[in-house]
Amino acid sequence: MSETGEERWIRANLALACFLVDPSALGGIWLRARVGPVRERFLHGLTAGLDDSKPRRLHPAMGDDALFGGVDLTATLTQGAVIRTKGILEHSGVVILPMAERAQAGMVARLSGALDGDSDLVLVALDEGAGEDERLGHGLTDRLGIHLDLEGIAIGDAPDLEIDLPALKDARALLPKVTLPENAIAELARVAMQLGVISLRAPLLALNVARASAALSGETEVGQMDLQTAVELVLAPRATQFPSATEEKQDQETPPDTSPETAPNEEAKDQPEQEPDLPPIEILLEAAKAMLPPDLLARLSAARAARSAKSSSGSGSKKKGNHRGRPLPSRAGKIGDGARVDLVATLRAAAPWQKIRRDASGQHHRLHIHASDIRVRQYQETSERAIIFVVDASGSSAMARMAEAKGAIEILLAEAYSRRDHVALVAFRGMGAEVLLPPTRSLVQTKRRLSALAGGGGTPLAAGLKLAMELGDLARSKGMTPSVAVLTDGRANVCLAGEANRLAAAEDATAMARAIRIKAFSGLVIDTGARPTKGLGELAAEMGSPYLPLPRADARSLSAAVETALSV
Amino acid sequence: MRHAFPFSAIVGQDDMKRAMVLTAVDPGIGGVLVFGDRGTGKSTAVRGLAALLPPITAVEGCPVNSAQIEDIPDWANVAKTDLVEKLTPVVDLPLGATEDRVVGALDIERALSNGEKVFEPGLLARANRGYLYIDEANLLEDHIVDLLLDVAQSGENVVEREGLSIRHAARFVLVGSGNPEEGELRPQLLDRFGLSVEVTSPKDIDTRIEVIRRRDAFDKDPEGFVTQWAEADADLRVKILAGRERVALLPTGDDVLRDCANLCVALGSDGLRGELTLLRTARALAAFEGAEKVSRSHLRAIAPLALSHRLRRDPLDEAGSSTRVTRTVEEVFL
Repeated sequence: MSETGEERWIRANLALACFLVDPSALGGIWLRARVGPVRERFLHGLTAGLDDSKPRRLHPAMGDDALFGGVDLTATLTQGAVIRTKGILEHSGVVILPMAERAQAGMVARLSGALDGDSDLVLVALDEGAGEDERLGHGLTDRLGIHLDLEGIAIGDAPDLEIDLPALKDARALLPKVTLPENAIAELARVAMQLGVISLRAPLLALNVARASAALSGETEVGQMDLQTAVELVLAPRATQFPSATEEKQDQETPPDTSPETAPNEEAKDQPEQEPDLPPIEILLEAAKAMLPPDLLARLSAARAARSAKSSSGSGSKKKGNHRGRPLPSRAGKIGDGARVDLVATLRAAAPWQKIRRDASGQHHRLHIHASDIRVRQYQETSERAIIFVVDASGSSAMARMAEAKGAIEILLAEAYSRRDHVALVAFRGMGAEVLLPPTRSLVQTKRRLSALAGGGGTPLAAGLKLAMELGDLARSKGMTPSVAVLTDGRANVCLAGEANRLAAAEDATAMARAIRIKAFSGLVIDTGARPTKGLGELAAEMGSPYLPLPRADARSLSAAVETALSV
Repeated sequence: MRHAFPFSAIVGQDDMKRAMVLTAVDPGIGGVLVFGDRGTGKSTAVRGLAALLPPITAVEGCPVNSAQIEDIPDWANVAKTDLVEKLTPVVDLPLGATEDRVVGALDIERALSNGEKVFEPGLLARANRGYLYIDEANLLEDHIVDLLLDVAQSGENVVEREGLSIRHAARFVLVGSGNPEEGELRPQLLDRFGLSVEVTSPKDIDTRIEVIRRRDAFDKDPEGFVTQWAEADADLRVKILAGRERVALLPTGDDVLRDCANLCVALGSDGLRGELTLLRTARALAAFEGAEKVSRSHLRAIAPLALSHRLRRDPLDEAGSSTRVTRTVEEVFL
């Protein structure tokens, strides 16, 4: 993209100004940037603009007590009456969430709920995620009006932001008077549709940005430039497709040519000159196109993967809950031996006796807690299973019994689903292997991914096993018990280095199988070949797993066999 | 309190609206599960419903909204015994809610200061005779889900903890929402919801424009917008009330029962809850529409709502569950 850092910084400035005019209507800012002076400058500008209130800071792992308020133990104990603290989300105003990419699904849902709630909460999410698959949850980004990416802006291009407080004040006063031209809503809805922005929140937020932009330039009616600003700031960053599918290729080349157009847009603030007619939708689309990142196409193909990665971390939070164990009611116990004292439960146990104990001891101003009141926490650990399917999608397999193998996996999936197992998919073909699906519980995802699995190419069995092992390690580190189910027709002919060398390929596959055995993953090798392959039985033995030639019979009996094999 | 977006002003999403209205006509149907994309108006509809529903009569100050003085649980110290009208409760169950908050717990304040053992009612008590709304139901902690299932089925909340032994009525309509891509609900929980709806964002540009137009008008001037739609909401309320009166009296022929059973057998749904829900929902729809009796057309209209989440998951079938239900309905009702 030819747009310079300076131009992007100017737009960030514009976005911030619009945001400051009416923070609560815009929901918030999703700021993708690493920690650094550029981000600091932006945040400094933000704080300066919020003249009356200081933004509060959240932490992605913050507990509910801090978020929604809880019992203030110290005060409760000293006063003898329950003193509640007010949670951060119960205040209105701006809250900053650093390391937003670390927020788990539960946190995302809580924040989303808080944003929807009655208080005028505004969230500035600082996302330091490195890749496309490491980002804040979709539920929340959808609610945040302005999406900004400060990545790659040099400090030299980013002078201190000028926040003109009196102008902001004027704009805020003017905002309620800003009117919309007749067709503005329709224009924004159409542009959103063309850009593939499905959520209906986006055009609404864009509308509010347009209003803020108009107020900033001292206008009482939303004009062309304001709509353009809204499209650039709100709709373009959310685009999931090029405006018109037929022009896709052409468009990819256009951004460099159209980027100068964005420059006049920035001046709109200073020159509130307004054209009487609203732009035809094309102008807005042009503006959006200019803003589209050059790698949109690449990101589109990655978008699904990113989605799954997110949703896997979504179920991850649950997993963590299970990992830590399902909380059981606290029980009477002793302090020490590593037990965690459940303070609230202890207080509860002691509470009914306070009056009697005070009377008995004559000490009326203290809390009487006896050893018998102590309650300790306990958790029930249930380790979850993650079944990693390693599917051979090579040419030979595809020719032979790909459809049956898919059928078998689908039945296994359905069962895994009903048992709430996590399922991961690794496919290998051609020169290497890829993770089609990280461990997830979503049947919808798995089905979709599996049906999209294409066949063809060599059989890099070793690469598939290696990836499965890595995935297994990852799953184990999250407290799951991994199992590896390999479905192949056995003739490994591509080695780890990616060369078509039958001998090396077989050696690599054996080595990987041994490695899996050392890891002590339970496993299973299913032979999908037309006839049982001798080499596969040996491989299974190296892996320390049962070997199962896919019975010609129905896939259900296979699934039963797998079930018995894996539950060992 | 902020104004809720008027229920009648929600554009499209007819299945979702119909499902919610039917549970208002007959709360015994047993809850709605709304699955779908972000920004499709799931939460909006539930909150709109609260404002729409006719007020209930309850004993003033009763923690469980008892209708009569005899119904007040013995642990509740209700000073007054006046009957007052109040809005149908719609209680949000936040994701992070602890067990204490959901079922209720010992009132620590009273216990610490007076040494009294007093029960502090939780969300389930407040939701009695109303709605319990769970956003992102699929992300709820398992042990809370278990607890909700138990209470939703029995209609009674039993608290046995911290030396308390307390029970109170907790009859509420569960409304859950969620996005299946973020994790699925257990089949056991799915089955407890009477109806399920899948919502998607409207793809039609005019519909989308209308949605944005109305929402924007509402954001600008909530009061004016609500007034504007008050009449439509009132009409709907009248229809719901009329439906409630009729629903118990509506004759249901043997042929309809047979149809229900045939349909469930053909779809292979587990248990008998499918038939029962099908029947109740069809009856509620007939009553709501003011029909003389329950007919096949009613069954046809509500079968996808009542059955699509009760099917055994068939990963080999690419078509959605509701398509399968519609297909089977056509086959059975030849």
